[in-house]
Amino acid sequence: MFRSLVKLQSHFGNALSLSKVYPRSQHSLFALKYSTAAAAERKRFYQDVSISQGEGGLYEINLDRRKLKTPGGKLFTVPNEALAIAVATEWDAQQDTLKFYTMHLTTLCNTALDNPTQRNKDQMISAALKFLETDTVCYRVDEPHALVELQKNEWDPVLHWIENRYNVTIGSSSSILGPEIPEATKETFRQHLNSYNFWSLTGLEYVITQLKSVVLAMGMIDRHLSVEQAVLLSRLEEEYQIRRWGNVEWAHDYDMYELRARTAAGALFVHLSSESSTVKRKLMQD
Amino acid sequence: MAALSSPLRVCRGILKELRAIHGPSYKQSLAYSYVMDQFRKNKVTGERYCRAQQEAHHASHTYLCLLASTRNHLVLHNLYHGKGERSPEEVASLVGLRLPTQPGGKGWEK
Repeated sequence: MFRSLVKLQSHFGNALSLSKVYPRSQHSLFALKYSTAAAAERKRFYQDVSISQGEGGLYEINLDRRKLKTPGGKLFTVPNEALAIAVATEWDAQQDTLKFYTMHLTTLCNTALDNPTQRNKDQMISAALKFLETDTVCYRVDEPHALVELQKNEWDPVLHWIENRYNVTIGSSSSILGPEIPEATKETFRQHLNSYNFWSLTGLEYVITQLKSVVLAMGMIDRHLSVEQAVLLSRLEEEYQIRRWGNVEWAHDYDMYELRARTAAGALFVHLSSESSTVKRKLMQD
Repeated sequence: MAALSSPLRVCRGILKELRAIHGPSYKQSLAYSYVMDQFRKNKVTGERYCRAQQEAHHASHTYLCLLASTRNHLVLHNLYHGKGERSPEEVASLVGLRLPTQPGGKGWEK
């Protein structure tokens, strides 16, 4: 039930983030904004996509000669080169028409830059931690027995790992109210989430919302799980039913690939926004 | 649980995806040079358990997953959900009828 709501929200989010086209000015730095017509599709209006470094060390994306802008009108700037290259690849991957629903990294950058809902870090952290009370991994069923076993074998290791890693207690329960999360646990996670910067937090909250689980999101961000594993664990009951009743490609596979794409984009966004790398050359000693 | 496929397979997978995006000139793309650069930089390490190497490996795996799943999602979307509505002519021809033609155009058409 939550997933269809989230999908509906994201479709509206894409449509609402488009704003009007101003046709008159032909300045070379002017970047076209997207058009609002839902039925009309934007054609690919550029040949080359390149990146350039602007002031402050921030990277910008150039479509032909024009600089890319966010839907809010700001210049599209990215803190590091890897993320800029990935966004440029997304734009370059568009064939004749622009399909914004495949450009997940661009969407995440736009959200981080524009902050359309005007939220600060604390609000985002509270929203993310709300998922802890209804975490997928903590909600168990009582029957059928095979599913209970599957949940125990797949989800318990992840729970143990996160309890050891963060020194917290999170139980699992099969009651309708879910597990009781002690305040200390929430406080630990709150402090941990506070250590991420705003961009990483945007990505992290996105991943948590997609996977419907704080435990799985942290497991993936801490590199304990791969994207495919995290998505599998998030969809555990669906996978069980698929194995029992058969796979429906236009629904199951479609959902799985979409979830994988969004989660991978979110994870990459968090990793690239929260790390910085330096190269240190060591001389060979013999 | 954290076992990933080898870096070579991940690298080849990413190159395959880039080839699918760009076509024959994928070697001139930005992503190609950056990815190859990163793979070469992280290949040799002095430590036994090098955290930077593990992180880069996980990041490459994540990027491969991103490229592959967006491509598959788009393929499935075009296959099953991309058709849109039929035009009135097609709908009529489904039951073997044709739309009537009016030589002067309908009243409200210009």
